[in-house]
Amino acid sequence: MRVYLTLLRRELASHFVSPTGYVIICVVLLLLGFSIMDMLPKLNGDATDTPITRIFYATVYFWMLMLLTTPVMTMRTFAQEKFTGTFETLMTTPVSDTEVVLAKFSGALMFFMVTWLPLGGYMVVLNEYTNQTTTAFDYRTLLCTYLGIGLLGSVYVALGCFASALTRSQLIAAAVSYGLGLTIFLLSLRSLVPVPMAGWQAKVFAYISLTEHLEDFSRGIIDTSNLVFYLSLTGIFLFLTLKVVESRRWK
Amino acid sequence: MIEVVNLTKRYAGHLAVANVSFTVGRGQIVGLLGPNGAGKSTILRILSCFLPATTGTVRVGGFDVFSDTDEVRRRIGYMPENNPLHLDMRVREYLKFRARLKGLSLAASRERVATVMEMCSLTEVDRRIIGQLSKGFRQRVGLADALVHEPELIILDEPTIGLDPNQLRSVRQLIKELGRKHTILLSTHILPEVEATCSHVLILHQGRILASDRTENLQRNIFQSGPAIAELTGSTTAFQEFFSVQPEVETVDIVATDGDWKRITLTGRDGLDLRPLIHYWACEKGWPLRELTHGRHTLEDVFVKITRTEKEE
Repeated sequence: MRVYLTLLRRELASHFVSPTGYVIICVVLLLLGFSIMDMLPKLNGDATDTPITRIFYATVYFWMLMLLTTPVMTMRTFAQEKFTGTFETLMTTPVSDTEVVLAKFSGALMFFMVTWLPLGGYMVVLNEYTNQTTTAFDYRTLLCTYLGIGLLGSVYVALGCFASALTRSQLIAAAVSYGLGLTIFLLSLRSLVPVPMAGWQAKVFAYISLTEHLEDFSRGIIDTSNLVFYLSLTGIFLFLTLKVVESRRWK
Repeated sequence: MIEVVNLTKRYAGHLAVANVSFTVGRGQIVGLLGPNGAGKSTILRILSCFLPATTGTVRVGGFDVFSDTDEVRRRIGYMPENNPLHLDMRVREYLKFRARLKGLSLAASRERVATVMEMCSLTEVDRRIIGQLSKGFRQRVGLADALVHEPELIILDEPTIGLDPNQLRSVRQLIKELGRKHTILLSTHILPEVEATCSHVLILHQGRILASDRTENLQRNIFQSGPAIAELTGSTTAFQEFFSVQPEVETVDIVATDGDWKRITLTGRDGLDLRPLIHYWACEKGWPLRELTHGRHTLEDVFVKITRTEKEE
């Protein structure tokens, strides 16, 4: 535990004490702003019972953020340490591979969640300036959306850590995690695009669809099947990362 | 302290370390000497549990580096080649981070960091960012890191590479001081380095150990018996005629320098030190003598010498 916390502190520092971290935060801020601008006209229409968070999530910027920022956040985790050689000094101290993987994963995930904080601010502002008699949003749906973003984010962060563990080059790490992430995202749309599917295929693709599962969260529904889906995907990628880190000592 | 038995490491398609065995006793400073690509770093990486051996057993302090990894890692302080550091951290912050990773409690890490910073003369730069420090300071940060948890064994891979002469001297001095309390294994490809710091030497070439002995023994047998070099005045032909018939002289090499002076390099038969004889000859013949010294062996000479004797055997 002591080792985990020491490493986690170091990971957080490496995200927040570097210019890259703030560039990412700025980009996220910009895209979130666009996405609010995109939402506002939709709110001007007729009364709807769709939660505001549901509308937000349907904007294209949301997915851009998810797909574009996570590879940049996670590309450094292992690749940079391998490139500079500090991975060697790290692994020759009495730390376990699991602690290293978990610390890097949770450090990146925490940074990821911090970049999403402005979303809450936007929602509060919106609530302030809409008609006070009808509440524009329920804070519980917002929390639920955050839970969904966190879970989806953990899948992408774990995937990014896995890609980073594979290589010494941050560029390759980012490219691999971007490619894999995009593939998983496109598979999620497979049941609808290019033509809507029918029968068992539609059902299978709907089950593995990231978007389908996230939709429930934005409506304020916490379904255990969604939790299990995201957590198990995260688990798979973390397990793969651990195996890659361990593979250094395979004979 | 270290026991290596029949260690072999094979990378895809090439043999880096071939059936090496050696032991290092407690309190020794051992130099692993060899040219680039001899397998020095590979051996050190295996000892520090970073890489697995293909075959063979390696024990550090009685623990196997493959199965008792944690026990071994607790006992060693390892500084890899090129001394990688987190360049964005400050000196004290980095050392504390490392001390905590190596299992020291908060209070103990604060105390040990202060001690090692004192030992490595880092106190004046404790708040500086490592990336802004000179190479000499960085090297000392690496050393401080290697000994922050008071390891029984310190492993240093090319600790003096890229240092200027002053830094070199201070780092060597530091290593010698550390040798009083710790066992040290260091690798280098510089011969004088070993002579200056190590009590024992292992000479490694193409993944095999060619020689292993106390430094002074090797010095007597291999390092010291270099050629004698004299600067005399006279004609080249006269020197050539005279020296080539002396039974004690094996090879002669004469190079003209400034004026009438000739620089003559002589190797003695069976490693004989020719310097007293040269003085005698110069007096006898009345040749003015302005320099008499002995050329030191370069690393290549040592290898040539050892490989040659091996072939003869």
